[in-house]
Amino acid sequence: MNLDFDFAAEQPKLLQLLYGVVAFCAVVALLLLLLDRAPMRQKARLHIAILLAPALLLLTIGLIVPAVRTTLLSFMSGDGASWVGLDNYVWMFTQPEAVTVLRNTLIWVALVPVLVTTVGLLYAVLVDRSRFESVAKSLVFLPMAISFVGAGIIWKFVYAYRPEESEQIGLLNQIVVALGGTPQQWLLDPPVNTLFLIVVMVWIQAGFATVVLSAAIKGIPAEIVEAARLDGATPVQMFFRVTLPSIRSAVLVVLVTQSIGTLKLFDIVRTMTGGQFDTSVIANEMYNQAFRYGETGKGAALAVFLFVLVTPIVVYQIRQRREAVR
Amino acid sequence: MTSVSPAVTAVRSGAEQATGRVRKRLSGRVASAVAIVIAVLWTTPTFGLFLSSLRPEDQIKTTGWWSFFSDPQLTLENYQEVLFGTSSSSGKMASFLINSIVITIPSVLFPLAFAAFAAYALAWVPFRGRNWVYIGIFALQVVPMQMALVPLLSFFSEGVSVFGLQLMPAWELEGPARFAQVWFAHTCFALPLGVFLLHNFMSELPGELIEAARVDGATHGRIFRRVVLPLVAPALATFGIFQFLWVWNDLLVALIFAGGTPDSAPMTVRLAQMAGTRGNEWQRLTAGAFVSLVIPLIVFLSMQRYFVRGLLAGSVKG
Repeated sequence: MNLDFDFAAEQPKLLQLLYGVVAFCAVVALLLLLLDRAPMRQKARLHIAILLAPALLLLTIGLIVPAVRTTLLSFMSGDGASWVGLDNYVWMFTQPEAVTVLRNTLIWVALVPVLVTTVGLLYAVLVDRSRFESVAKSLVFLPMAISFVGAGIIWKFVYAYRPEESEQIGLLNQIVVALGGTPQQWLLDPPVNTLFLIVVMVWIQAGFATVVLSAAIKGIPAEIVEAARLDGATPVQMFFRVTLPSIRSAVLVVLVTQSIGTLKLFDIVRTMTGGQFDTSVIANEMYNQAFRYGETGKGAALAVFLFVLVTPIVVYQIRQRREAVR
Repeated sequence: MTSVSPAVTAVRSGAEQATGRVRKRLSGRVASAVAIVIAVLWTTPTFGLFLSSLRPEDQIKTTGWWSFFSDPQLTLENYQEVLFGTSSSSGKMASFLINSIVITIPSVLFPLAFAAFAAYALAWVPFRGRNWVYIGIFALQVVPMQMALVPLLSFFSEGVSVFGLQLMPAWELEGPARFAQVWFAHTCFALPLGVFLLHNFMSELPGELIEAARVDGATHGRIFRRVVLPLVAPALATFGIFQFLWVWNDLLVALIFAGGTPDSAPMTVRLAQMAGTRGNEWQRLTAGAFVSLVIPLIVFLSMQRYFVRGLLAGSVKG
């Protein structure tokens, strides 16, 4: 093993970091200086310009203009040279490989939000007011800090496969073997393999649901709970008649947030299967088409479709938030 | 379900009380058992990875990590190799770790500052059309970054030209200067959420406070620095930790704007490469993955309070 790591070669990067931080300080100092110098009463416009200009400029260059250009690109050929009308969209809804991608995305969106909410709700109710509540919640919450790439590797290891005659190194196959089954290559057989990828997403996001729903449960007025208990409600009745209706809006928040996150999901699929074996989803296919196959038009069409799918959900979410703020 | 008011208990007959107590204790026990099962289920995969990363290579590849308990052998060799090994297959993770740090710090600082400035203007500097600007920025949360990737990349590589007229040259960044692209992209993508979140907190500050400072003749710069920033520090922390986790864990932006070489790619890109091409080199994958987890885990655990507060305030990047 050769361990001669060349630390000197890393210095330019750290220098670049220094430039970045210095640039940051300089920009902030300059903006503040301008704000201080500009007289208060007369030149309100100047203040507004100084405060808003950086954000608006970056949003224009980084989001608004590109989004418009992507929309245009989606009606153009792969190299962006000629207009092709709706060809890219026709491709998306008719070609088998693209339809598979849409089908997979549908499976993801149908399952992940529901599963995440169910697990999170179950867990939040179960650990509520138990002695080890905070530790228990932290344990389930921890995967939130892990990158999807890291989680992908963790679960690839759980799903690892060794031929039947040798010893298993993956936990899942070990359990299967211990129960008398034969080891499987979990990530190779469509359409079940998508379900095994979904497990990873649920594993990551359940903590989010637990925290949000747990906070909502704690917010239920004590009188309501007490009254139901006096009426002799069983725990099951209590859950369906009292708890669930009281935290309805929090449940919706979780469902909505998870739907958006799932639609845009990229990393898990890319890390675990690379979209092979019929597991690709919209965001992954968009990356492949636009950045690997040079099919900019198809990639752009997929991005636009993603935008169309996400928009109504986000609009709904924003409405909810506004109501919550009021 | 522990507190039952004394009056209620007194009214209940003895028998009823006893069955009630038994049932409660039973359901409590079942609930605890289920909760513990879930907690174990949730922790085991990560624990397995961690334990494996400490086992010798030949053992990882031939036996499961649970056999550690019958044959305990630990080594730090995997970490040494994946971090500092220089053969092309070994990972060279230390280099990518540095890239991750170089990418993350400015990508958190810039959006934090620009979002704070903008949020202050939108909350406390009255001007015509303010609501429309706010709604515009707010609405940009709808745009998935997939919509921006292709044109933004060409913006960096080809510059801006309209009808053959070159308005802006290409950035043509080489080597470490490429980090600037990644900072730029992350900053743009973070702004809609950042402005929204900070505006929420800032607009809830008491108006008299700002008005009093204004009457005293303070400039906006002064009010921003001395009055507003200290009061919204928790919100800044919340947005900061979100952005940190987002950037550190990001794969997509890095793949496109940082490339795949040790010169500028972060750890997530390297891990994804290793999982794809050397999917069976578990000694490197486990150790490498764990290196990438440790820093966000520490940040997360030490700032969990702010993170939870942010979650409950609805600050989840879609």
